[in-house]
Amino acid sequence: MPGELEAIRLEGLVKSWKGPSGPVRAVRGLDVTIARGETVALLGPNGAGKSTTIDMILGLARPDAGHVSVFGRAPSDAVKAGLVGGMLQTGALIRGLLVRELVSMVASLYPDPLDIGEVLELAGLTDAAGQRTEKLSGGQTQRARFAVAVVSNPELLILDEPTVAMDVEGRRAFWVAMRAFAARGKTVMFATHYLEEADANADRAVLLAHGRIVADGPTTEIKGRVGTRTIRATLPDVAADELAALAGVNSAERHGDAVILVCSDSDQVIRELLPRYSAARDIEITGAGLEDAFVRLTGEADDDEIPATGTEVQSAR
Amino acid sequence: MSSATYTRYELLRTVRERRLMIFGFGFPLVLYFVIAVPNRHMEDFAGSGVTAPLYYMVSLASFGTMMSMVSLGGRIAGEREAGWTRQLRITPLSPRSYLRAKVMTGYTMAALSLGLLYIAGAALGVSLSASEWIKTTLLIAVALLPFAALGIGLGHLLTVDSVGPAIGGTVSLLALVSGTWFPVTSGFLHDLGQCLPSYWLVQAGRVSIDGQPWGALGWAVVLGWTVVLVAFAGWAYMRDTGRV
Repeated sequence: MPGELEAIRLEGLVKSWKGPSGPVRAVRGLDVTIARGETVALLGPNGAGKSTTIDMILGLARPDAGHVSVFGRAPSDAVKAGLVGGMLQTGALIRGLLVRELVSMVASLYPDPLDIGEVLELAGLTDAAGQRTEKLSGGQTQRARFAVAVVSNPELLILDEPTVAMDVEGRRAFWVAMRAFAARGKTVMFATHYLEEADANADRAVLLAHGRIVADGPTTEIKGRVGTRTIRATLPDVAADELAALAGVNSAERHGDAVILVCSDSDQVIRELLPRYSAARDIEITGAGLEDAFVRLTGEADDDEIPATGTEVQSAR
Repeated sequence: MSSATYTRYELLRTVRERRLMIFGFGFPLVLYFVIAVPNRHMEDFAGSGVTAPLYYMVSLASFGTMMSMVSLGGRIAGEREAGWTRQLRITPLSPRSYLRAKVMTGYTMAALSLGLLYIAGAALGVSLSASEWIKTTLLIAVALLPFAALGIGLGHLLTVDSVGPAIGGTVSLLALVSGTWFPVTSGFLHDLGQCLPSYWLVQAGRVSIDGQPWGALGWAVVLGWTVVLVAFAGWAYMRDTGRV
């Protein structure tokens, strides 16, 4: 590990799960490299393949094809060496222990853990250290799970949707703790479906949709790409290509009489659209949900296989 | 970095578990006094060849220790439900150390249960020589192996909702057939019992009348079940953790 510059390298990663109605192609060919010290958000809607990817990085699932390496080794070897800490998506705590005991129990499994008091302070659990794990609030439980993930002082910390089920204040406190840990020069990867979380807490975002990477770059850039609005209007007899050429339109699609314009600047588009195409009616302008943006980005990235609606991906886990 | 600390916390959690304390420890102890006290002067209890206090000391210990072992499954199922088993898989804890900690926890709880009944037995006049105490204890320890495997296997196979009834039902049925509540000395139940490791667990109390209470059949049944149930536990563990 010393001298190793790459924390994670994924090459041609493919994974399917057995779903109730046939195989679910959760990850369909991922190539990505994360350098040491980066804080990266794995951003995507439910069923995008985030958890499956994380499971493969942690060695909990084996890829059907492709290769994962963590600090230049197999995931299971990196885990055995104590280089990796993880907070999985689903999870509660075991009962019957005090918070301090639980964290000590996990610490005992590692060669060079952090001081227990330091971890509890980092996770904001100093006051709850003497409480039974089953008595914690939802936010405290998540913070205790965070403490379990970082007590080994891992070089790579992986968090799978860590703030689900937390209130606003809990989220804020959680990200403060995460950033404090990342500031120690650690590599952090977290999965989220909130663009704001990625923007506020990561240097880089990797966007996943339908098991593929649809964008990868600095969070500011990603925000510009998906922070779009959609104009929907009934407008027969105008070619989609013609509408796509309007300034401020990223893409245009026709569905029968309706057209859907994905815009980088919807104000400008509407100013041009109405004088030029006065037949346009039933106009709706919506802020694109992240999920819509992802689906659209997937469409761009992959013309031969337009993804169906989200039904198949719901059962990915 | 040691699995000793890990095992210590496993034990601590287990001792704090109220249900196991009641069914594994309290229940056999109370029953012992209820059943054995009125019969404490019976020399050859119901054809078992041993005194009633000795018979029930070992038979109720077999119930308590079986419960201690098989209830490993309840805790494992709970840990799986909580996602803890997956969390442990992303630590350096090896499957071997994980399973060893479980087995050691089971044996420690069984030893506590056994110790309590030995004290109660001694209080009711059970008197064995030092070597008989040791021999009985060792036979019980061996006969508990298949139950440790059963508990681990059930825990990795069943959900937290179904594992409780499965454990309770299995242990109660085994206890009935194997003579925990009353000696079974002939007939179909006796034949059936002889094929089960729990029967030989109860028979460990016969050390004082014949030095080798198991004979070839007892050893074959206990070791045979151990092999079968260890294979079952291994299969359930691999299936659960996807290491197949």
